[in-house]
Amino acid sequence: MALRIAVCVKQVPDPETPASAFKVDESVNRVVPAPGIPPVVNGFDLHAVEAALRIKDAGEAEVTILAAGNDFVMDVMKKPLSMGADTLVLAEDPAFEDMDAVSTVTVLSAMIQKTGPFDLILTGRQASDWDQAHVPLGLAERLDLSSVTLARNVEPGDGSVRIERALTDGYQVVEAPTPAVVTVSNELGEARYPTLRGIMAASRKQPERLTLAELGLNAEALSPALSLRRLFIPESESQVELIEGEDEADAGRKLALRLRELNLI
Amino acid sequence: MSGILVIGEVENGALSAVSGELLAAAGKLVDEGVSGGVSLALMGDDLTGITAAHAPGADRVILMSNPALKDGGTGGYDAPVLAAAALNESTSPDVILFAKTDFGAVTGPRLAFKLGVPVAQDCVDVALDSETGRVAVTRPVFGGNALAVYGFNGDGAQIATIRPGVFDPIEGEGSGTVEEFDVSAAVAAVRTTLVETVLQESEGVRLEDADVIISGGRGLGGPEPFEQLQELANILGGAVGASRAACDAGWVDHSYQIGLTGKSVNPTVYVSIGISGASQHMAGLSGARNIVAINKDGDANIFKSARFGVVGDWEKVLPAFTATVRDLAG
Ligand SMILES: Cc1cc2nc3c(=O)[nH]c(=O)nc-3n(C[C@H](O)[C@H](O)[C@H](O)COP(=O)(O)OP(=O)(O)OC[C@H]3O[C@@H](n4cnc5c(N)ncnc54)[C@H](O)[C@@H]3O)c2cc1C
Ligand SMILES: Nc1ncnc2c1ncn2[C@@H]1O[C@H](COP(=O)(O)O)[C@@H](O)[C@H]1O
Repeated sequence: MALRIAVCVKQVPDPETPASAFKVDESVNRVVPAPGIPPVVNGFDLHAVEAALRIKDAGEAEVTILAAGNDFVMDVMKKPLSMGADTLVLAEDPAFEDMDAVSTVTVLSAMIQKTGPFDLILTGRQASDWDQAHVPLGLAERLDLSSVTLARNVEPGDGSVRIERALTDGYQVVEAPTPAVVTVSNELGEARYPTLRGIMAASRKQPERLTLAELGLNAEALSPALSLRRLFIPESESQVELIEGEDEADAGRKLALRLRELNLI
Repeated sequence: MSGILVIGEVENGALSAVSGELLAAAGKLVDEGVSGGVSLALMGDDLTGITAAHAPGADRVILMSNPALKDGGTGGYDAPVLAAAALNESTSPDVILFAKTDFGAVTGPRLAFKLGVPVAQDCVDVALDSETGRVAVTRPVFGGNALAVYGFNGDGAQIATIRPGVFDPIEGEGSGTVEEFDVSAAVAAVRTTLVETVLQESEGVRLEDADVIISGGRGLGGPEPFEQLQELANILGGAVGASRAACDAGWVDHSYQIGLTGKSVNPTVYVSIGISGASQHMAGLSGARNIVAINKDGDANIFKSARFGVVGDWEKVLPAFTATVRDLAG
């Protein structure tokens, strides 16, 4: 029987947006979308899609993409489909804009209950907008599943999954009973690029859509556990002392002398 | 409900640096008016060497010794989560602090969701909000491009994980009480199995401990130049680091990565070579005192945070820099 894998992906502002184009509206505590820079699928989530597709390449698997949010850009959200995922399920509602982690867990677990059961739920290690790195841990607790973070390799077995988990200094091998929630990190290796055939196939697919009501939820179920009081860009004044010389080598030499002068080396 | 529970960490039988930093964060909350005292809880298989003297700022030291808690848990982090939940039940703290380490970044949020209370990850400040009597936290968001201040709603425990290297540990000797807390019943329900841990042995100075770091990025163009960085690091008794781009390219191991999803470092001198200075990289450098940048692009973001810089091609700048450093070290 084919393994059923869900991958949770989030649409986020492009994290490569140059710092000069990153703006915040402090009066409403919101990030102002940078003009002309479209959003992207969160980078680590593409690694999670890649992990699912590697499992599919090696055996039989059905890969379902789940996303909760607002203002989805369809070209962006179809990327996992064009990489080779089978279905895309979107829960889109104005109430899902900038949800806190607890609310996101509420929505995603309702989506999983509605579209599941799944043997494996893969997610990115962290979303590059609010950098929380804990929605998947909440999902696992809410659904009472085992969880393992920071996978650099995911190998499903019989009723279990074996994960190589990246540490800051090495790795661990962990075995968890399935269904399990596994977060995937960039140490897995690059995510594949969509092929032309994949893009064509994805363009013909329509996402399945779930509304707040279809998920059995209402706006009250999404009241925040943490309140954002203030959002601002920290002030930083450049105080750099640029070292110049007759040529670049001379500048290198003078840099060393200057650091010695201040007893820094 | 009262007091602050600090979940510290143990390394080689002794308190690790983050434990002292967490006690300092707790101390700040106490100074601002959080009552009920500070308890430091430690988990491990053998905690016999630990005394209250090691924990300045803690009124109580609570030792949770169990084989399942060895090195952060033999069952992934299941055992620490269960142990912390049992301790929470028995002590009902108002605030629970973890460090945002491999261990705390998982254990803290899992505990929070298990208890059904909010959690704030990767905080760089904690404060008492005198209006609400609840805690407010500051955390970098959008890769460090912005800072967000959050307040905890509801009235349950307030859980935060604290970014390492941000708080300065309290100096001196502790004089609290020490007690044992039995978790053997709690840790029986472990689901995951830790099969093995493979640690990357770093030769020489550890990045986290290094006083000088020579760090390279995509601008180096390949793995070979890292040998020149190592040579310079050797002369200065420092360590070599890297940006994520250099690690993802396979030029160096991911254990070299500095930044938001890599290591946090606090050297006196950080020499960055061919690194653009993306906010996610800079997030690992909040403890670095003197950033020195060598980059051919004078508009690179790194020059905004650097104290010294050379705008130029590293292939020309670095050999002369290294030669001069070697002469000076003479
Ligand atoms: C959620 C998230 C987490 C992340 N976590 C991290 C993290 O932990 N650590 C991290 O580092 N990154 C992280 N990143 C990636 C980060 O956003 C940047 O993409 C990355 O840091 C860029 O690496 P770089 O500076 O080496 O490469 P680039 O940005 O490509 O910069 C290369 C630089 O080299 C210079 N250069 C080129 N040739 C030369 C030459 N001959 N001489 C001198 N200079 C030259 C160029 O001018 C340029 O400034 C993360 C990203 C996301 C989205
Ligand atoms: N709104 C969302 N829709 C789908 N997946 C999400 C959403 N929010 C978070 N996730 C998943 O959870 C991971 C961690 O997110 P976070 O805890 O917000 O950093 C992301 O990489 C996604 O895989």
